[in-house]
Amino acid sequence: MLRDFLRAALTIAGKDLRAELRSRELLGLMALFALLAILVFSVALELDRPGRQDAVSGVLWVTLLFASILGHNRSVALEREHGGFDALLLAPVARGAIFLGKLLANALFTLIIALLLLPLLTILYNLPDFPPALLLIVPPGCLGLAAIGTLLAAMTMQTRARDSLLPVLLLPVALPLLFAVLRASNAALGNLPQAELQTWISLLLLIDAIYLAAGFLLFEYVLES
Amino acid sequence: MHEHAEVLVDVKGLVKLQGRLPVLRGLDLQLQRGAFVALLGPNGSGKSTLLRLLAGLSRPDAGSIYIGGWKLPDELVAVRPHIGYLGHETLLHAHLSALENLRFCARLYSLHEPEPRIHNLLQRVGLDRRAQEPVRHFSRGMQQRLAIARALLIDPPLLLLDEPFDGLDSDGRDSLQGLLQSGRERSVLMATHRHALAEGLADRALILRQGVVAEDLSLADVPPGTLAARQAALTGPV
Repeated sequence: MLRDFLRAALTIAGKDLRAELRSRELLGLMALFALLAILVFSVALELDRPGRQDAVSGVLWVTLLFASILGHNRSVALEREHGGFDALLLAPVARGAIFLGKLLANALFTLIIALLLLPLLTILYNLPDFPPALLLIVPPGCLGLAAIGTLLAAMTMQTRARDSLLPVLLLPVALPLLFAVLRASNAALGNLPQAELQTWISLLLLIDAIYLAAGFLLFEYVLES
Repeated sequence: MHEHAEVLVDVKGLVKLQGRLPVLRGLDLQLQRGAFVALLGPNGSGKSTLLRLLAGLSRPDAGSIYIGGWKLPDELVAVRPHIGYLGHETLLHAHLSALENLRFCARLYSLHEPEPRIHNLLQRVGLDRRAQEPVRHFSRGMQQRLAIARALLIDPPLLLLDEPFDGLDSDGRDSLQGLLQSGRERSVLMATHRHALAEGLADRALILRQGVVAEDLSLADVPPGTLAARQAALTGPV
């Protein structure tokens, strides 16, 4: 049973990755947006050197949040094309497996963008050196964004105003996650006491667990309604 | 599926609303195992809505649907592996090749050793030489051919087809007719506006009007070439 569930989820994630490798539509769009966003932040905030180091965590996560919204919207558009999502719904696979498959692909796409941004931010925002502790925060942060984004994208998929509705729904729901990743990243960057790092990472993992549980529980209801 | 059930699809009092407007208004339908039934009727008579309900892609507002003895939507999980569906959209993934689309479908349905069947179907729909090309490079007709192969890949006991001949050239139409006639043990419900094809393939025709079955015809009793006129007499010009 669990094996079938995981097999179906990996099949769906693999399909999304293969399609993206071929088209590069989603990653290209997200990467371009993220690059432009950090450049705009860099110019608009007019920060001095210490100010830049203080702002880097906020710039990273706000950029990733908006890039992930863009990615989810595009992912939904691609899946709606030719009724591809109906094909998933017709298949004899658990709805939770569809959620997990889409989530894994979305999380990986967001993580790739985050890993592209980190060295750029290190240079543009004058970080003395790259803090390795950020690598403990970025994967669960991307997972949380993908979990809530995947659920809400499925919810808004059938609505006419889906492109604008997704950010309106996602931003308030993502606030607890944003708060935890910002505090954890600031601790990793030395803007908060190092002792707080573990606390914020623990909270981040707890929020991830809540989002994932909500996704698994609600995904079928969202699809059926 | 439950082998004892002679009636494969049993629908009673089916109601479906679009907003506040009823699309189906208490529709009754029985489909025998192995029967080929054409669904006819003007636009908006409820053909596509009925097929989506039977495929489990939509929920009824009232009435009951039983397929192979299983109640929908409560027992949809049990029914899904037994239904092949082709709707207005092709259900294909544009960035995958024809071969990858069918392999993806085979994995989702956990088909055992699907490769020979995949290659056989690609050959029968005339896409064996284009199997490696992404679907987005295909014409509408080629996509429709692949969509037909996709619906048939799982060899379903119940096949639901919504205008399957749309976009097909004469070769494509011949291929599809051949494929549908070669699986006569399968039950087929096919919505179409092509009366001549319906007469050639189906045993029965149901004419829908305003969300109910207005006439249930055995095609053995209908003189060839008169089906369109029978529909026109009930629903207006076709």
